[in-house]
Amino acid sequence: MTLALETTDLKVQLRLDDDWFTVCDLSHLLPGRGVAALLPDGRQVALFRDRAGELYAIDNRDPFTGAAVLSRGLTGTHQGRPFVASPLLKQRFDLASGQCLDDEAVRVTAYEVRTA
Amino acid sequence: MTATLGATPTIVLVGHGMVGQRFLEALAERGLTATHRVVVLCEEPRPAYDRVQLTSYFSGKTPEDLSLTDREFIKDHGIELYVGDPAESVDREARTVTARSGQVFTYDTLVLATGSYPFVPPVPNKDADGCFVYRTIEDLLAIEEYAKKVEVGAVVGGGLLGLEAAGALKGLGIETHIVEFAPRLMPVQVDEGGGAALLRTIEDMGLSVHTGVGTQEIVVGEDGAVTGMKLSDGSELSAGMVVFSAGVRPRDQLARDCGLAVGERGGIAVDEQCRTVTDPHVFAIGECALAADGRVYGLVAPGYEQAATAAATIAADEASFTGADLSTKLKLLGVDVASFGDAHGTTEDCLDVVYSDSRAGLYKKLVIGRDGTLLGGILVGDAEAYGTLRALTGSVPPISPEALVLPAGAGAPAQLGPSALPDDAIICSCHNVSKGTIRGAVTDHQCTTVPEVKKCTKAGTGCGSCVKVLGQLVTAELEASGMEVDKGLCACFSQTREELYEIVLALRINSYQDLLDRYGRESARGTDGCDVCKPAVASIIASLAPAIGASGYVLDGEQAALQETNDHFLANLQKNGSYSVVPRIPGGEITPEKLIVIGEIARDFGLYTKITGGQRIDMFGARVEQLPLIWARLVDAGFESGHAYGKALRTVKSCVGSTWCRYGVQDSVRMAIDLELRYRGLRSPHKLKSAVSGCQRECAEAQSKDFGVIATANGWNLYVGGNGGATPRHADLLAQDLSDAELIRLIDRFLMFYIRTADRLERTSTWLERIPGGLDHVRDVVVHDSLGICDELEQLMQAHVAHYRDEWAETINDPEKLARFVSFINAPDTPDPVVGFVPERDQIKPDLPLLTIGLRPAEEVLEGSAQR
Ligand code: SRM
Ligand SMILES: Cc1cc2nc3c(=O)[nH]c(=O)nc-3n(C[C@H](O)[C@H](O)[C@H](O)COP(=O)(O)OP(=O)(O)OC[C@H]3O[C@@H](n4cnc5c(N)ncnc54)[C@H](O)[C@@H]3O)c2cc1C
Ligand code: SF4
Ligand code: FES
Repeated sequence: MTLALETTDLKVQLRLDDDWFTVCDLSHLLPGRGVAALLPDGRQVALFRDRAGELYAIDNRDPFTGAAVLSRGLTGTHQGRPFVASPLLKQRFDLASGQCLDDEAVRVTAYEVRTA
Repeated sequence: MTATLGATPTIVLVGHGMVGQRFLEALAERGLTATHRVVVLCEEPRPAYDRVQLTSYFSGKTPEDLSLTDREFIKDHGIELYVGDPAESVDREARTVTARSGQVFTYDTLVLATGSYPFVPPVPNKDADGCFVYRTIEDLLAIEEYAKKVEVGAVVGGGLLGLEAAGALKGLGIETHIVEFAPRLMPVQVDEGGGAALLRTIEDMGLSVHTGVGTQEIVVGEDGAVTGMKLSDGSELSAGMVVFSAGVRPRDQLARDCGLAVGERGGIAVDEQCRTVTDPHVFAIGECALAADGRVYGLVAPGYEQAATAAATIAADEASFTGADLSTKLKLLGVDVASFGDAHGTTEDCLDVVYSDSRAGLYKKLVIGRDGTLLGGILVGDAEAYGTLRALTGSVPPISPEALVLPAGAGAPAQLGPSALPDDAIICSCHNVSKGTIRGAVTDHQCTTVPEVKKCTKAGTGCGSCVKVLGQLVTAELEASGMEVDKGLCACFSQTREELYEIVLALRINSYQDLLDRYGRESARGTDGCDVCKPAVASIIASLAPAIGASGYVLDGEQAALQETNDHFLANLQKNGSYSVVPRIPGGEITPEKLIVIGEIARDFGLYTKITGGQRIDMFGARVEQLPLIWARLVDAGFESGHAYGKALRTVKSCVGSTWCRYGVQDSVRMAIDLELRYRGLRSPHKLKSAVSGCQRECAEAQSKDFGVIATANGWNLYVGGNGGATPRHADLLAQDLSDAELIRLIDRFLMFYIRTADRLERTSTWLERIPGGLDHVRDVVVHDSLGICDELEQLMQAHVAHYRDEWAETINDPEKLARFVSFINAPDTPDPVVGFVPERDQIKPDLPLLTIGLRPAEEVLEGSAQR
């Protein structure tokens, strides 16, 4: 039952090279909405949780404008794949791969995420 | 290093501009990249980009947006691209090219696509500090930088490019002068009549025009920087910078140096296959080439055709370039100028049909052949018909030429749509795409949207002037082929917004997921939906909240996940990730105390302040974590959210009215405040704006509003469906001489009827034009209650008014909601380091270079830049 899941202290972790970096409690992620996290080297990651509970992480920087805002975009499903639309100029990015769905030439880094 | 002649033949391309890139694509399409080694020498510090759209850099496009080169394409086709390494010499005997870096490449085929250079008249001090040309991204970056320190600028040249450059300078906030030697602007494209209409429009935009005078000398100050220019009529113009845009010349030096024949006025002479007339191993394409018809083409479309011709010839296919059309449309915001075909009427025995209204800045001329064939034309002030007319050129139009130039409403019969065009009419001249090809994309390739057709045919991906016609054609074709044009809201819902509204209201559905799972398209049920339907449904739920038992607070529960970022943070996102804050100032009336509070808050948080066009004050540059702190102080001082972020009521502007004004007949300020307080917080399909004027002089511009009110001696007149913005519309009079209560009742009904039946992001103006029956129908429904729904509409509005609560007051009192206002979930106290500011005119502005580089190492922080 999901209730039990949410009350435990599961942590969201990101894979950075060989290490897992702990970001926050799973309960802090609102389904359908992103948050941003700061990595030790100054990079930023946008973390998302979808309706089914799946977690995704991609670079937070919007490559079209340079602003660190992808975590603040709206999410959705396009042909079965999860995406976020940049809140600035609305280009969509596949959450699993970081590929921009509106411009083949653009892709942002995608990170492996897990709960522990 | 010398590359040896291997088994694979080598093609060396010199110049990676627009035409060079098109040539590479043509090579790839023909499979030549697989059979050849392809080497590209690119002089500029970046690979090919869209020079045609260069000016859009000033409206926010980044150099990356302008790029035409896709790294994958270069890599996948094994193209060797040397960026920043121009060709310095060619040895035609040895068939080698030497680059600046010293690399030497042996070629079997050499293709020159070196473009043009801007012509700078040989006047004294033409190279002084502050003199620029307008050709490359680097030129624009330099202009932008220099413009920061000057107030007045001059553009030499009033042609197509000169006007574009002048518009750009003006956009940078500089007082701009245009100096043109010819007696009129755009002398190449327009005739005298068109020039007069154009002059008026350009001057109305605030640009100063000096025609019939030449630049004699650039005047410089003691430091050697430009201070002005001397003109041929003896006058002097003071200007801190000068942009030369007096035409271009082919870059044919490399060709001259290696003995290739060039034309008298420049240009590498080629034959119809684009092969140089001197050497069969060398081709020249684009602006550097003198085509077989004796012309050098300064437009991209002919260059693309030459690129395709050269690639075909190299592949041993038959192709030829014998000449091209010189149609052009000015891309300057706010000026509609286009010329096409034989615009000056040089064909023997041709006739003109002219419509001219210099008061309105309108001038339209069509050139017609003896047999009725449309040969060309000039459109100034209204170039709507450009796409269709250009495509009709060369054929006899199906309706009379007079009808083609008369403005709508001036007795013009049915407008000519693109369906009247023959299949071989060229719709997109940048990529030479015919109507038949576009229809084929829809019927044979199953493209159902404009973006799909663009991708499939390339039409519309050049200058963009054909996109409108493209859209009409796609819709017409879909309808003709019996394919149902999907009017659904998005890929998740097959219903329109109006239908979803009815479902939500009737079934009292107050959850988006519930609606999606029950009424979404089969494939969308159970998914996460999309960025189109989420905010649309969120808005429906918010407008109906009290009636369907949903929370009226947009950040409650699931609703928080549906909101656009602006609504989610209750502020407006700006280009660098910071936000702007707009407190409500009902009717534009504000006490000195409240003004001081805003001033103090802006000062304490270091925000940029500006009076908006909506009679209130915007504070820019707040970081997300500052929003609650700012609002705690605003709420404390009695301010409420201004909903500048929402598709909701924005402002009700007022004029000062009868209280002070000698003409005023009613108290317009009081009415504006009453209306703004009544409808504040009302979520709608698009934003809603209003204004109240105290008399017919209309100082509050009420007739440009969604609902506007003008005082009369007997009460109020109500106007609806007005709009400013890109497609302005004057509001229509809905009812006259209303009492206060009648006025409010009618507005209640009107707004609720609009919210109920409009499409997503459809302003009242477009809604009124779209719905069957138009204004008469709306009047029947809301004045005469023809549908019997007025009671319900009024009740819905009553419920909204009764349940209104200020979103910010609620937010700052809810710790759980406040926790979202951080830059980083794992470092709530750390501000986003990409949000930085630099000073400008005693305030701040976003540090944009910081966005380009991502993060600036601490030691390189710009002087004066701050990361607050
Ligand atoms: C701040 C302001 C400009 C200013 O400094 O004066 C402004 C700023 C924006 N306008 Fe505006 N508009 C502002 C007054 C206007 C006006 C004048 C008016 O309201 O009297 C108009 C023309 C009137 C009209 O809307 O019919 C106006 C017509 C637009 C349009 C075109 C709408 C249309 O129907 O064509 C857009 C684009 C859109 O909404 O799709 C727009 C969109 C925007 C956006 C939201 C663009 C964006 O998405 O970032 C800007 C964001 C504001 C922000 O970040 O705070 N703004 N905008 C004005 C805010 C008024 C206020 O107090 O709320
Ligand atoms: C502001 C502006 C607006 C315009 N608007 C329009 C429009 O609306 N419609 C339209 O049709 N056209 C327009 N044009 C013209 C259009 O941009 C040109 O026709 C088009 O770019 C020509 O392509 P090209 O490849 O021949 O030349 P270019 O795009 O100039 O490319 C030539 C390239 O070759 C490089 N080069 C030169 N010599 C060497 C060398 N020795 N070695 C290596 N590289 C070299 C140059 O640096 C340059 O990058 C506009 C131009 C400008 C500047
Ligand atoms: S609209 Fe009439 S009442 Fe209002 S300020 Fe203008 S002149 Fe005065
Ligand atoms: S005509 Fe320029 S893009 Fe189609």
